[in-house]
Amino acid sequence: MPIRETFWNIPHWAEIGQYVLAFLTVAVFTWGVIRRIRRWRMGQPALRSERFGKRVGRFIAHAVAQLRTAEEGYPGIMHLMIFWGMVMLLVGTILATIDWDVTRLFFRFQFLINGLYLVYELVLDVFGLFVLVGLGMAAYRRYLIRPARLQAIPSGYRAWEDGYVLWMLALIVVSGYLVEGLRIAVVRPSWAAWSPVGNAVASALTSLADPTSQAVHLAIWIIHGAAAFGFIASLPFTKLFHIVAAPLNILIGPFQPEGALAPARTHSGPGVRAWQDFTWKQILDIEACVRCGRCQDRCPAFASGMPLSPRDLMIKLERHLWERGNGRSLHGDVVTAEELWSCSACRACVRTCPVFADQLGAIVDLRRHLVVEGTMDTRVQEALANLARYGNSFGQSERARAKWTQPFEAKIKDARREPVEYLWYLGDYASYSATLADLSRATVEVFRAAGLDFGILYDAERNAGNDARRVGEEGLFEMLREKNEATLAKCDFKAVVTTDPHTYNTLKNEYPSLTGNGREVLHATELLDRLITSGKLRPSKRLGYRVTYHDPCYLGRHNGVYDAPRRVIEATGCELVEMPRNRERALCCGAGGGRIWMEEGKVRERPSESRIREAVALEGAEVLAVACPKDVTMYQDALKTTGHAERLKVRDVVELVREAL
Amino acid sequence: MNIVVPVRLVPDLVEEINVDPGGTALDASWLRLIINEFDDHAIEQAILLKERGGGQVCILAPSVEGVDDVLFTAAAKGADRLVKLEGLTDVGLSSHALARALAPAIQALQPDLILTGVQAHTDLDGPVGPLIAESLGFPYVGYVASVTLEAGSASVRKEYPGGLVAGMEVRLPAVLGIQAAEKPPRYVAVSKVRQAMQTARIETQAAGEIDASGALAIQRMFQPEAAGRATMIEGEPAEVADRILEILRESGIV
Amino acid sequence: MSQDVFVVIEHLRGRVADISYVMLAAARALTKGTGGQVVAVLLGENVQALAARLAADRALSIEHPALAEFTPDAYPKALAPLIKEHQPRAVFLGNTSVGADVASVLSARLGLPLVSSCLRVTAERRLTSQVCGGKIMAETELPETTTLITMVPGGYSSEEGQSDQAPALSSAPAPALDDLRVTLTQYYEPEAGDVDISKEPLLIAVGRGIQNEGNIELAEELAKSLGGIVCASRPVVDQGWLPTSRLVGKSGKRVKPKLYLALGISGAPEHVEALADSEMIIAVNTDPAAPIFAVAKYGATIDLFDLVPELTERARAARPA
Repeated sequence: MPIRETFWNIPHWAEIGQYVLAFLTVAVFTWGVIRRIRRWRMGQPALRSERFGKRVGRFIAHAVAQLRTAEEGYPGIMHLMIFWGMVMLLVGTILATIDWDVTRLFFRFQFLINGLYLVYELVLDVFGLFVLVGLGMAAYRRYLIRPARLQAIPSGYRAWEDGYVLWMLALIVVSGYLVEGLRIAVVRPSWAAWSPVGNAVASALTSLADPTSQAVHLAIWIIHGAAAFGFIASLPFTKLFHIVAAPLNILIGPFQPEGALAPARTHSGPGVRAWQDFTWKQILDIEACVRCGRCQDRCPAFASGMPLSPRDLMIKLERHLWERGNGRSLHGDVVTAEELWSCSACRACVRTCPVFADQLGAIVDLRRHLVVEGTMDTRVQEALANLARYGNSFGQSERARAKWTQPFEAKIKDARREPVEYLWYLGDYASYSATLADLSRATVEVFRAAGLDFGILYDAERNAGNDARRVGEEGLFEMLREKNEATLAKCDFKAVVTTDPHTYNTLKNEYPSLTGNGREVLHATELLDRLITSGKLRPSKRLGYRVTYHDPCYLGRHNGVYDAPRRVIEATGCELVEMPRNRERALCCGAGGGRIWMEEGKVRERPSESRIREAVALEGAEVLAVACPKDVTMYQDALKTTGHAERLKVRDVVELVREAL
Repeated sequence: MNIVVPVRLVPDLVEEINVDPGGTALDASWLRLIINEFDDHAIEQAILLKERGGGQVCILAPSVEGVDDVLFTAAAKGADRLVKLEGLTDVGLSSHALARALAPAIQALQPDLILTGVQAHTDLDGPVGPLIAESLGFPYVGYVASVTLEAGSASVRKEYPGGLVAGMEVRLPAVLGIQAAEKPPRYVAVSKVRQAMQTARIETQAAGEIDASGALAIQRMFQPEAAGRATMIEGEPAEVADRILEILRESGIV
Repeated sequence: MSQDVFVVIEHLRGRVADISYVMLAAARALTKGTGGQVVAVLLGENVQALAARLAADRALSIEHPALAEFTPDAYPKALAPLIKEHQPRAVFLGNTSVGADVASVLSARLGLPLVSSCLRVTAERRLTSQVCGGKIMAETELPETTTLITMVPGGYSSEEGQSDQAPALSSAPAPALDDLRVTLTQYYEPEAGDVDISKEPLLIAVGRGIQNEGNIELAEELAKSLGGIVCASRPVVDQGWLPTSRLVGKSGKRVKPKLYLALGISGAPEHVEALADSEMIIAVNTDPAAPIFAVAKYGATIDLFDLVPELTERARAARPA
């Protein structure tokens, strides 16, 4: 009768030893977890209980099916094989324990017998093989391919942990197969074929089918046990803790719109000065990080040679959480201001993180402290001071905001005075920048051609505050929002339309009073898409350009608007070709997060230039279409500095529509 | 060490500055007031001195539109006392009248050192600093870019044209006209200013009688003639560059 | 009150400042109406040599060791009794780090009116002053009593105030100058710059519009291609992007080049007053209302970042290899 010979060849003392070791392991593991929980509780409170159903859904999608991890084929398959393999082996061990120590001892029966046992053996053998294949893929990748994002871990940060995980797992599985093989070689059960791997190992070891193999068997069994228990015990003390922290993080993560930032906790207070100022959710983020490095791969700042790496930031923070009073301060010693100011708040790191950490939130919280201390370069200070005083970052009078409208004989409706259907919020760049005035006027032509009932706020419009908030000046953001909400409250409109994704992001996600009573905030491309689809706007020409579209960070990654602009481009009769890095993977132009106000510093290659090269590499691409005024500025500059001004033209989507009218 | 910083708010030059229909004064409807840039430096220098060597910093300002914000911002930077003088709302007030109105209030504060901006762009009858100094009987040094305090005196660096700097020692109490603080005026986060609005208190005092005697009678105010305006070169950058090179060739420069 | 017009000559370390000559020219214009003499007033020690080129009718000197170097306490102490005694129609001082300190103190001490930032004076006793950063001009009439006037450059050229013949110099008694509250401890030399921009014939000037330190290189390239030198206005030097030796302005150097190419400079008076002697000024600024266009001969409102590379290319092509 097929049955599991659980302690074949194992002397009594070893059996006892195993239980003692198990007990110790559980104790150490528990203590490790408690230690972590205690750290979490030292952070600030954060509310995390709403939308339970959706949470479970997200948990299944990303913690169980690991969809984000699987976005990249090779590492996805590798991890899933290791994960599911180990899960099955764990389940197998649990079943075996219940079978031997519970049902046999207390209920006098075993269930791992006959057919079930054979299936059990087969499944475990196969999944164990998955683990080995996965580990092989991992080792090959880590040690032979050596991708950039796994290299250059900050020194002193226990880089040996990565190897530890691989080799320990390998040790456990290999020793497990050896034990099985040795047993099969000696015992020769008739059902050995149901353990294909063990059987194969047994055949390979038949030469050892003699009394000495029993000693070897015991030795390897002890090694296997020690390794397994050691592994479990070490779990809360190494990056293996992500097994607990990552699913937990995915389960309790926020459900606020992606584009919204969490407000500063201490009422527009100083942000994070010491690590205890992080919320416990943020601490969990840091602990869930597995150093996969995908965030670093996608970070435009890192790619251009700036000192920021989101991966290194998380690693350094994690180490800092565990340091014991050796006098290193968070700001300055662990994290530098230069690092923090390099971020352009594009959200690529957050979007790609398989454990759903919020690196951007941490950076903004740290920036909030820098702002209070005044550790910013003078140009940022000037921009912020201008925003506070004049409501725009250019330092120009608020009365000059509508100067671009002067050429129009038919005046644009004043939304402060009359009701309008669409309130058009331009944003600073579209209003004040001399080079963009034509674009704003083109937008008027397009709106009028569609018979749109729209108006603007003229002098009453102020910067919506998106970038001030991402710079970390929460108080300034709140002040701007208050003023804007007051202005908007007096207006009569059905929806807000904006040509600026930054403005779009904050009005849509961070202005509760605006969107509260069912009013929509639309980006111009969304509105154009609707107008074209409903026939109110009819392009009369087919432009026939070969166009590639750059997804603005605040339209794409922050708000998920990818298709509307593409439909609009195609409706103008252009041929759309995609750059390799498109949609969620689009590379930020480098202007967000206040970076457009900052000194550039020494960069290897500006993100905007990298993007231009990407566009130019597309065969026959004539136009780079954008949907953000800052992109227009950044890419026009980049075309000049890369010398491709003849090869490619930058056009806003609205300009293409106007041309096609 | 008691440091007093009298500040003024002046028309913001970012806005359009127009002359009123009467032709002898600025059109008040277009004016937005902003702290005099040099007074902002004076505040910064005072705070730096306090940070280095302790003391109290008191800011004194006429009660005009926007003064509360200026005072609270100074408090957020570290100023200890905020004093607003009522009855000094006229933007066109001469420096002499202003100095006469400020002097008794400043004296009452018993200052060891008075820091004020070296000039303001509305000064038609000279800067206020020396006038205050004279009415209090204190020495005055202007165009100061650095201050170090010793017992009973201040060591200052006075800027001359061409980058030349003179080190001078001034007996305290004294008035210094600040050209530039040792560091540019610091940024103070809006949240801190808002906090200051809750915690700091602005004292209001009545200014003395406005004595505008000896004021200059402005005959005419006007915007400088456009005569002598540049010949503008239009066109694309390439065309402009061509034209400029042509001009340079014609004048023998190239 | 006499109808003579006094001009307090500004000098530092043995050199007469340009503003002194400008004031003499203004004083001359005024005396044409008042009918008095232009009297140069020299404070210092051994001032004979300083009077050499002054276009004045006569000169008065007050000599005292304490006046050897300018201090803002000694000068008013020396001038006050002189003014009280002679009661001139007007007293000119520079609107500078020397004159401005002294004028206001004298105004308060002697109870005399003061007109500052004066650009021009007419024989009809009309004074035109610059206020609001040069955006507004204010005209006043010379009050009926001894008046102190601080002058800014720009209304007259320094040549107009110079003469080949030194005026007759007589000395006035020096008052007691003990117990001075301000003493000079030392001078700090300006950074020894590699170039003296005041002697350069071709200057490429950058202002706030250059935006960051990295872009200065663009200007350097252009300067090299034209054979010129880069200089700057105050915001650029304050940021440390160029040394103070390159500063053009009231606190910097006065320049008299053949060509002054102003890139991204708004044209604030403190800057413009120092380049008034330039032969040709070409200004590039995206703001058509920038005050620089009032003094420039040619101007363009295109983006300097578009223009400079184009200009550099052409200049390189034009230069013989």
